[in-house]
Amino acid sequence: MQSLVHVCLAGLSNGMFIWLVASGLTLIFGVLGVLNFAHGSFYMLGAYCCFTVLSHLGAGYWAGLLLGPLAVCAAGYVVERFFLRHVYRIALPYQLLLTFAFVLIFDNLVKIVWGGGALSPPQLTFLGGSIPILGRKYPVYNLFIIAMGPAVALGLHLLLERTWYGKIIRAASSDREMSSAIGVRVPTLFTGVFVFGTWLGALGGGLAVPYVGLLTPGMGETIIIEAFIVAVIGGLGSLKGAFVGALVIGVMSAFGTRFFPTFDMFLIFILMAGVLLVRPQGLFGATR
Amino acid sequence: MSAGYRNAAAAAAVLLALCAVPFLAGKFTTYLAIRIMLLGIFAVGYNLLLGQTGLLSFGHGAFYAAGAYGLGLFGVHVSNNPLLGVAAGVAAAVLLALLVGYLCVRHTEIYFAMLTLAFGMMVFSLVWNAREITGGDDGLIGIVRAPVSIFGMARMPIGKDSQFYFFVLFFFALSVWAAHRIRHSPFGLALSGIRENARRSEFAGVPVRRYRLAVFVVSGAFAGLAGSLEALLESNARPFMAHWTHSAEPVLVSLLGGLSSLAGPLVGSAIFVAMREIIQRFTENWMLGFGIVLLVIIMGFRGGVTGTLSALFRKAPARERG
Repeated sequence: MQSLVHVCLAGLSNGMFIWLVASGLTLIFGVLGVLNFAHGSFYMLGAYCCFTVLSHLGAGYWAGLLLGPLAVCAAGYVVERFFLRHVYRIALPYQLLLTFAFVLIFDNLVKIVWGGGALSPPQLTFLGGSIPILGRKYPVYNLFIIAMGPAVALGLHLLLERTWYGKIIRAASSDREMSSAIGVRVPTLFTGVFVFGTWLGALGGGLAVPYVGLLTPGMGETIIIEAFIVAVIGGLGSLKGAFVGALVIGVMSAFGTRFFPTFDMFLIFILMAGVLLVRPQGLFGATR
Repeated sequence: MSAGYRNAAAAAAVLLALCAVPFLAGKFTTYLAIRIMLLGIFAVGYNLLLGQTGLLSFGHGAFYAAGAYGLGLFGVHVSNNPLLGVAAGVAAAVLLALLVGYLCVRHTEIYFAMLTLAFGMMVFSLVWNAREITGGDDGLIGIVRAPVSIFGMARMPIGKDSQFYFFVLFFFALSVWAAHRIRHSPFGLALSGIRENARRSEFAGVPVRRYRLAVFVVSGAFAGLAGSLEALLESNARPFMAHWTHSAEPVLVSLLGGLSSLAGPLVGSAIFVAMREIIQRFTENWMLGFGIVLLVIIMGFRGGVTGTLSALFRKAPARERG
């Protein structure tokens, strides 16, 4: 029983990272209609930028978490404003491959700037301890992560449903032409949404710095696959689906690692195949 | 009709030139030519799916790996006859493609791309984790290039790269010919119809989903063939073959060469392999260089090399007249 609780906690904190990445991915897909392969790279860049602020500029972790993802937003701006904007109207493979080209470029840039080896960030002092839960020590930072996920979800919900900007974003995502006709500057809005989505992914990366322990240039490639699976299970474009999907995947992979270490990832794929067979549009996707 | 003859003559000339490579070129060039043909087999089959049918798969590395591991496991446990091994590899790829394809062709566009990506990575994680069978991250080793023999007769050694070259060339020529026949068959035309307008094709009586599955399996078979040949070339099979970054290779190559012709993926393969070698000679950062080339193609030259060239040639006479 005790170990079950711990496995669940590990799963929840894993799931929250996937959610942070998947939320940006889903938001961008929902509004812009572009599936962004480079989103995993933004996660990676977020982690590396946060690391640099932490260890080289001598600032605290909060400064790193604030400044790192903001720096990545600049990369997101360049990608959307100068490249992606020009391919909205062309065939889907080109859009996907454009974002894939940025995966290659960003992965390689990280190797050039930070080196190809793994980096280990300095030990955290704040939120660095652990508290006993059911007889075993549990890092406080993981609890912080578990709290961050729902906080971001709530923030996103309030932004989209309760604010003027949210209303415009929803309008533009449901009908681009109509919104543009009534005076919404759709291209600017799209850039804004893309940069915001980038920030969410980079924030996930920044939060991951103390959690994963080691930063490697391939860290974005793994999480983007998980985020894709989450998006498929939850229903493409649905934030609610992404949240639930991330929790399910996180907890399931934690159980898989604990009880079937050889086939931990395999379980997730089985789940995905199952969802697709029974509910092709995903758990919260609209029927097409 | 004359265009058909011209193409046949061009193909014969290329085949002759390819036959001469191991005699005229050094070891390294021969090796590079083998790699180009392997990627060419992979890409020419893949483009039946992407260029012909309009389905973007990001999981064909899985079938490549199935071919490699199929040949490897068959070689280690049953027989090291290379022809039987290649057959086993292709069979494994076809079975896997049937299973994955059955689940994936229910969707198109983005969903299809993501599903194939996910299933490709599933194969990757299976191969990676099933260490007892596949050797895990070390790869499957101990694959040997035994002499080719048919019913114990006519033994032909393929141990040296210059001998193995002709083994690969045979399958390469076979693949290109098969892809050409498929493109121009009624089946291939129906696939183009599905690409242009799936709903209209359905109304015209084409069983769209079944055709999509069929071409998915066919392209999987090409991938399996390429994979099994690479296992013979490198004497091992590696989990990386199933990784999604490897699945992206035929996509890049098709795009680089041009989606709309048979020659496109082949030209793309040659450029891709050559470019990788050249960039790698100067710098380790070939991914950056390739990413930039890809950006340029997508932003400016979406017809790829063959498309851009043929557009140039078509424009030139018009300008003279004007």
